[in-house]
Amino acid sequence: MVMPRGTAIVVVLVLAGLLLVPVLGSNYLVDLSTEILIYMLFALSLNVLIGYSGNVSFGHAAYFAIGGYTCAILLTTYEWPLLLAFPAAVLLSGLAAAFVGYFCVKLTDIYFAMLTLAFAMFVWAVAFKWRDMTGGDDGFVGVTVPALIDGRVPYFYFTLVVVSISIALLWVICHSAFGRTLVAVRENRTRAGFVGVNTRAMRHVAFVVAGTFAGIAGALLAMYNHGMYVESAFWTESAQVLIMTLLGGMYSFFGPAMGAALLYLLNVFTIQYTEYWPTVQGVILLIILLFVPEGVVGLGQKIRQQLAKAD
Amino acid sequence: MSMLTNPTIVFLQFMNSISLGMNLFIIAAGLTLIFGVLRVINFAHGVFFMFGAYVCYSVVSRMAETAGAFWLGVLAAGAALAVIAFIIERGLLHYLYDKEHLMQLLFTFAIVLIMGDLAKMIWGTDQYSVPKPEGLKGAVDFSFGADLAMPLLYPAYPLMLCVLGPVVAIGMWLVLSKTRWGRVIRAATQDREMLAALGMNVPLVYTAVFVAGSALAGIGGALAAPRVAVSPGMDVTIIVECFIIVIIGGLGSLWGSFLGALILGFVNSFGIMIFPNWELVLSYVLMLLVLLWRPWGLFGQPEADGH
Repeated sequence: MVMPRGTAIVVVLVLAGLLLVPVLGSNYLVDLSTEILIYMLFALSLNVLIGYSGNVSFGHAAYFAIGGYTCAILLTTYEWPLLLAFPAAVLLSGLAAAFVGYFCVKLTDIYFAMLTLAFAMFVWAVAFKWRDMTGGDDGFVGVTVPALIDGRVPYFYFTLVVVSISIALLWVICHSAFGRTLVAVRENRTRAGFVGVNTRAMRHVAFVVAGTFAGIAGALLAMYNHGMYVESAFWTESAQVLIMTLLGGMYSFFGPAMGAALLYLLNVFTIQYTEYWPTVQGVILLIILLFVPEGVVGLGQKIRQQLAKAD
Repeated sequence: MSMLTNPTIVFLQFMNSISLGMNLFIIAAGLTLIFGVLRVINFAHGVFFMFGAYVCYSVVSRMAETAGAFWLGVLAAGAALAVIAFIIERGLLHYLYDKEHLMQLLFTFAIVLIMGDLAKMIWGTDQYSVPKPEGLKGAVDFSFGADLAMPLLYPAYPLMLCVLGPVVAIGMWLVLSKTRWGRVIRAATQDREMLAALGMNVPLVYTAVFVAGSALAGIGGALAAPRVAVSPGMDVTIIVECFIIVIIGGLGSLWGSFLGALILGFVNSFGIMIFPNWELVLSYVLMLLVLLWRPWGLFGQPEADGH
């Protein structure tokens, strides 16, 4: 349960750096940091499923979107206070994940991926067609954000607090007995079953944890954008968060967060020069798949080992 | 609801269901064939379909009023996609066969991203329409001499699709079940190691299946071109529909995708009449119901544990 000293130092430095971002006085930097924080949490939530339990979800955007839409609708249409709307949105994402997960964990591998995708496209279809509630393809615009956090810098700090607490919780969950058992299930489902682990139940819990935290990220995005759009539920969004996870490295806890930051920065950088961001993203993906399947973190470890050997 | 009591409208929608279903089948058959052998869910199948439609448009618009231009376009679409698929499979995909399924899935997604942009670079973002081929521009009378208040007319082009679908299905079935190549392909779906041990060139089988399945996507796209607006984004709609079809029918099953495509055709055409605006959601509900009943689809095989 104890974090290695090196990792702990990096975490403290990153946190301190983030706390100081608004002091630099650049609005752009504050916005960028807020967005990256949200996607970091989204990617880390997916990694509970992929990295820890070995189940590849191709429909993780569903819970992200459910969290976002629920928070937006409860705050705006029903005028709920944030203290009720936010937990309700997270709860609903978790419940949706519990429902969908029940069916998905009966399957494995490709079939599991297909079914998660199918449910996610169902969520997308509902968001797209339920115009009265979600605004359809125009999106749900004009989300009421409580005055206390409605502003660039206050909202940045709000996001920082929520994301930090969420990541801390995820870290505890992944390094608990539960998290270690998940890894055992990932490595050898049959053997884990023989030693008495209810593998299906474990995978189901992992599914719910992943969905719940994706819901938090979605709710944060809805308030940040003052709106929620159907693209957030689309399968390309699910694929993007998968790429983030893979880019960072799915077998390390913080890898996906790094991947999220990297891909987001690359996106911001690339779209200044070309409209063909998808191609750039596709080429990055090909390079990872063919040459660095263990991601940036894995690559770093490899290089360090090589250097150690050279000494 | 009154529309459902009008026999002319019901007849038209019935025919529309079949022609849409058959067009979808030709595309989904390629996807399910590839999955059956390579165990790869090809996300790029939709973008292959879109390329097929664009290639057909380019051929038809260059040849203008030449007879047979459309059919040449269909052949060109199939050939173009066969070449593209060959390059992708030999050049990149086959390095990933021994890796996890996630890697292969994401590989095909990378192809979607790159080829989607490529289509924009080549054909821009305009919408194109492809005229129906000569000889199939009219309509066929289904009244059979009966004295009806309104003659039962159905356009010839979608009627041709209603016939072509079963022809393709039976053709594929014959090849798969009666020929030596078909036996080899079926063997490859069962046990690739054993097939290699028996001296078969398994990589060649994989390449051939990937090329053939992708060519079907291209041909399906060309055939769809006179029915729809050829434009960016058409790849996304079709891939989602194909997924629904193969999930309902069962991954890897030819007749499963035939049935799945028909079901989707009916849900789309009649869903619009019964639940206007919700037909999209309806097809997902149907798919989920099938999955609850049979998690591997109507004709699918339960996965072997540890595979």
